[in-house]
Amino acid sequence: MLIGGYAATVAIANDYYFYAGYIVLQYVVLATAWNILGGYAGYVNFGSAGFYAVGAYTAAILCLALGAPLPVMILGGGLAAGVIGLAAGYLALRIKDVYFAIATLALAVVVQTIVDNWDYVGGTRGIYVLHPHHAIGFSNYPRLLFFTMLVLAVGSVVVARSVEHSRFGRGLAAIRDDEHAAESAGVPTLRLKLMAATLSGILMGAAGAPFPYFVSHLEPSSTFSLAVAVNAIAMPMIGGATSWAGPVIGALVLGGAQQIATVTISSVLNLLIVGLLLIGFVIFAPEGIVGLARRLLR
Amino acid sequence: MLDLLANATVAGLLLGGFYAAVTVGLSIAFGYLDIVNIAHPGFMMLGAFAAWFATDAWQLDPILAGTLFAPIFFVAGAALYRVYHVSFERRGDIGLRGLAFFFGVLFLAEVVLLLLFGADYRGLNLPYLETMITAGPVSVPLRMVLPFLVSLALFAALQWMFDHTFFGRAIKAVSQDPVALRLMAADPVRVKEVAFGIAIATASIAGALLITIAPVEPSMGRDYIGRIFAIVVLGGLGSLTGTLLAALALGVAESLTATLYGPSWSPAVAFGALLIALVVRPTGLLGR
Repeated sequence: MLIGGYAATVAIANDYYFYAGYIVLQYVVLATAWNILGGYAGYVNFGSAGFYAVGAYTAAILCLALGAPLPVMILGGGLAAGVIGLAAGYLALRIKDVYFAIATLALAVVVQTIVDNWDYVGGTRGIYVLHPHHAIGFSNYPRLLFFTMLVLAVGSVVVARSVEHSRFGRGLAAIRDDEHAAESAGVPTLRLKLMAATLSGILMGAAGAPFPYFVSHLEPSSTFSLAVAVNAIAMPMIGGATSWAGPVIGALVLGGAQQIATVTISSVLNLLIVGLLLIGFVIFAPEGIVGLARRLLR
Repeated sequence: MLDLLANATVAGLLLGGFYAAVTVGLSIAFGYLDIVNIAHPGFMMLGAFAAWFATDAWQLDPILAGTLFAPIFFVAGAALYRVYHVSFERRGDIGLRGLAFFFGVLFLAEVVLLLLFGADYRGLNLPYLETMITAGPVSVPLRMVLPFLVSLALFAALQWMFDHTFFGRAIKAVSQDPVALRLMAADPVRVKEVAFGIAIATASIAGALLITIAPVEPSMGRDYIGRIFAIVVLGGLGSLTGTLLAALALGVAESLTATLYGPSWSPAVAFGALLIALVVRPTGLLGR
């Protein structure tokens, strides 16, 4: 798949596909990351945009202050968001269900307020982070970014899949189904929740880390965007939240549809479609596309 | 400096009164009915634009318009509860999917307003709202005082209903003991339907107050999610008095922060308070 992706960066002439592809793949990473905590463990994170932005801003600071290369930016962005994830995990030790969801939302707003007021990263005006001119092995830099995101997407799916089939994943599923019962049965719920929240945060941060290079001008309102927060939830819910395939399918279908709708109709209308689909799926097909497909195949 | 602080405190109290009107609907839905209606600010924004339209097109007073629209919001709220009940509550599946459902509703409200009115700010131009009311060193415009008074009236009416009518008590009982309610010949689903309708109807009035205070644009609702949840949690679930007090406290805290450190810091006050409240004392100040 990675080879195919690389071949595409050589073969396809139109740059637009790589911009669109980057965004869709970024949503694969975000949806997969959200699903590790939301789908497997049942802890809803409304603050995905906050984690994403922590990744993006950490990467921007690493680039501007230290001149760090892209892999270091991704690593740093992932780690910083992972720390926030760990903090969210500690919240999840004390508060559950709805309260956790609202707390993550609060966390995102606090982070945004800090960024808005932080002069070093330009406050609400934003800051320029220009990507290097040369991209070794690629004809231009956006293609390198596309390939980087493909690597991240494949990596995060591999991680999610191995989590799902491990003791860790089964422990999380037990937490989702009945946390008290899981605890009485000897599942180390505290540790598992911390691990899941941290892992989810790392992946979201990594998804955001190349974003400064992608947009060149990094500013809070597009980084802490509603689209990120909504899509990170809507995609796994529409795809099917209990398996690794759900978020991937959701991100590809919904992300792809959004890219087409943004070009052909309007960007507002495409958000309307996302909202309607989200509501429709949670009411009529709670198991998502994966669940529908299973029912049809049976 | 002292005058400045006095002005900021009074402005904060007035602002807090308005926050209380926004929050009361959530306080009913979340505190009494266990329905996590994160879409509540979306309904407030719908109310604000409806009041703006009525004032702009038909020369109605915004607060009168908000009151006239309240029955429509009531019906919409009752219908929304029906959908919620059939799709989630009856299936016993209210966690993840119920949240996602209301998240989607909030999102839809914002997008519909964007499609209808665009992303521009809409405001009222009513000269009488700019009348200044002065008492000693403190001076506040009528557009802040009026929402505060309307909000207090709304609270008084709701408090009276919850304490002194059979129906109000039934609402308070419905999440605590639906079986007992059934034994008293009241249908819990019906009670919750009406109660949720009332909760959404308050959003119409809150929206009218919002447009009275300042111009609005569709995405403003998002700022209120954290704020109103902070108020409900800080005030304690199931306590209208707690909601009012927490709203006033938050209004003062935000106003002082805005005066001392600049308005761009004030969102952090609400959300920071919420985070601390959730971790330290999830039952709130006056929780049951």
